[in-house]
Amino acid sequence: MAEHAAAPLGGRLLTPVTVLLGALAAVAGIILLFRFFHGLGAVTNLSDGYPWGIWIAYDVVVGSALACGGYAIALLVYIFNRGEYHPLVRPALLASLFGYTLAGASVIFDLGRWWNVWHIFWPGYAQPNSVMFEVAVCITAYIFVMWIEFSPVFLEKLGMKDARRKLSKVLFFFIALGVVLPSMHQSSLGSLLVIFGRQIHPLWQAGWLLPLLYLMTAVLLGFAVVIFEAAAASTGFRRSTETAILARLSGLMFWLLAAYLVVRVADLVLRGALGSAFAFSLEAVMFWLEMIAFALPLLLLGSRAARARPSRLFVSAVLLMAGGFLLRINGFLVGYQTGDGWHYFPALPELLVTIGLIAFEVLAYIVFVRRLPVLPRAAAAAR
Amino acid sequence: MDRRNFLKASAAGGGLLAAGAGTPAHARGNREVPPEALGLLYDSTLCVGCKACVAACKQANGMPPEFSTEEHLWDTPLDISGRTLNVIKVYRSGSARNKDREQDGYAFIKKSCMHCVDPSCISACPVSAMQKDPRTGVVSYDKDACIGCRYCVAACPFGVPRFTFESATPQISKCQLCRHRWKDGGYAACAEVCPTGATLYGRLTDLKQEAARRLAAKPGAPMVYPRGRLGGPDQSYPGVSAAYVQHLYGEKEFGGTQMVMLAGVPFEKLGYPGLPPVSDASSSETLQHTLYGGLVMPVAFLGLLSWVARRNVKSADDEEDPHHG
Repeated sequence: MAEHAAAPLGGRLLTPVTVLLGALAAVAGIILLFRFFHGLGAVTNLSDGYPWGIWIAYDVVVGSALACGGYAIALLVYIFNRGEYHPLVRPALLASLFGYTLAGASVIFDLGRWWNVWHIFWPGYAQPNSVMFEVAVCITAYIFVMWIEFSPVFLEKLGMKDARRKLSKVLFFFIALGVVLPSMHQSSLGSLLVIFGRQIHPLWQAGWLLPLLYLMTAVLLGFAVVIFEAAAASTGFRRSTETAILARLSGLMFWLLAAYLVVRVADLVLRGALGSAFAFSLEAVMFWLEMIAFALPLLLLGSRAARARPSRLFVSAVLLMAGGFLLRINGFLVGYQTGDGWHYFPALPELLVTIGLIAFEVLAYIVFVRRLPVLPRAAAAAR
Repeated sequence: MDRRNFLKASAAGGGLLAAGAGTPAHARGNREVPPEALGLLYDSTLCVGCKACVAACKQANGMPPEFSTEEHLWDTPLDISGRTLNVIKVYRSGSARNKDREQDGYAFIKKSCMHCVDPSCISACPVSAMQKDPRTGVVSYDKDACIGCRYCVAACPFGVPRFTFESATPQISKCQLCRHRWKDGGYAACAEVCPTGATLYGRLTDLKQEAARRLAAKPGAPMVYPRGRLGGPDQSYPGVSAAYVQHLYGEKEFGGTQMVMLAGVPFEKLGYPGLPPVSDASSSETLQHTLYGGLVMPVAFLGLLSWVARRNVKSADDEEDPHHG
């Protein structure tokens, strides 16, 4: 099985990069400690007009979508049986594992009454009509499923062949769950906005199409992140790029992106919302930035030859990540207006927590790929 | 599977979702008004802006004062907040000479929980901390259930639930119609102290009748205005009918609310948005029930994918096993 071809990268763990990442994570930790003793108001710019800030809109909504690499590749390899993408499974799954685990952790930091969090899962408290309930249960379940999906890596490292074999017999079920659960909660992250009704600007209040838009972009972001990470890993760890496989992947990405843009624009036209895109407003500017970020990759990846160029692939991936980021930030923050007189821009400590979490995620990724069999062995030689 | 099949399958999956979203199989509609719904009728034309209701609300709910002036002399909240459940605001236009006139006039308006018939806060809450009493329809909050996610704060179209962000053990604050005072024979403190009957407490059906009576009267005609609670001891007084905007706010808006309002100035000017007759809760729950009702779609999806994944994982193993012991 191609998974067996994965190997630890080795190398030093203590480098200037890892030290910097560790320092950023530590700063976030100190701010969070302060937050738990002095309340959310002490470190964030949250208000009753903007009760959700970047810890939800970025850390959870964008963060989990950027962590869809594992989902998108599992979908490709195990559901659409595209075995040639197999070398991408483990690195993608690892990034997803961290992305989601930290998105889950961010929720705790953001919950005002965090000690009651178990109520979500407890009969008598649980309220299944709530979109938030669905999101919370599915994300939690998916985090567990991903650790199970990833556990062969630990079992291989520990030489537990028997357990590894037993697990592989039932792994198909967890793989299926690992596709169903993100399909559910990534679409539901869009559905969260339905109940906000007219408080969401028409450019982003797509109603019952929200789940479809968020799901399509989650898969798109998944592919984009895999390409981005492959490029970053080959630069950072001086490995050869898997350009051929990434070029094929970007072909799929191209068609999915085209389909997304058709749905997105058709919805705006049919709802009569497109007019507000030509108003002189922050919303309109942000909308165009979002649309450009999505539309440019369509031009950049138009031909087979273009898709074979690593630089094009990389730029397209970054643009798509920006587009997915903007769709979500626009929907949850820029396009949210509950009444006059409310403003929000994250406070410095609020930003530092988000930056620290990202730093921690990258740090953990580096430690894991250096010590555990994650990246394909063949390409690991350069280090 | 080649690209064409991949695209076909993706399109089918997307189509399934789109079809599910497009045809609400579990349309749930707005909720109905509870049989003995209680509420408030606020009449902006009767309000004199004395803010006795603001002070009484503070006292009845044991909440601290808030200061918006340099000298911290008395409670001066500018809006509802984590420490203020009810405020009276003022609308001003031009010279602000005439009461209840849109041009060159002014008008008072009450801001507190509307006790929606189909509240967004209840639908949004993942842990049942927001409840609607099945008999009285009062929307209540239980801080011991609450996780502090603030989805209710974000969801409410009236911006009502508020949060104590400055606290390490924060909670949601909202009017609960003084339900804690019922057992001692009390009722909504704001209505109890209102000197003009601008805020009136009672059964929603009675309040709506009272509102209809006022809307039907000719401006300037003699009127008798009840005070306190409808159906309680008679505290009525004679007055003169005002020139109303022919609109009982909360009758239709958002599937209806249990605080309803009359005014002499259009409600958009008073900070109350025009809202569709369909509640956002019903839209959101129709979508969720269509996708997840009885867990039919997710389980079918999981079954299908398990079958596919099993086949694909197996074939991968068969190919690779000879090379790796």
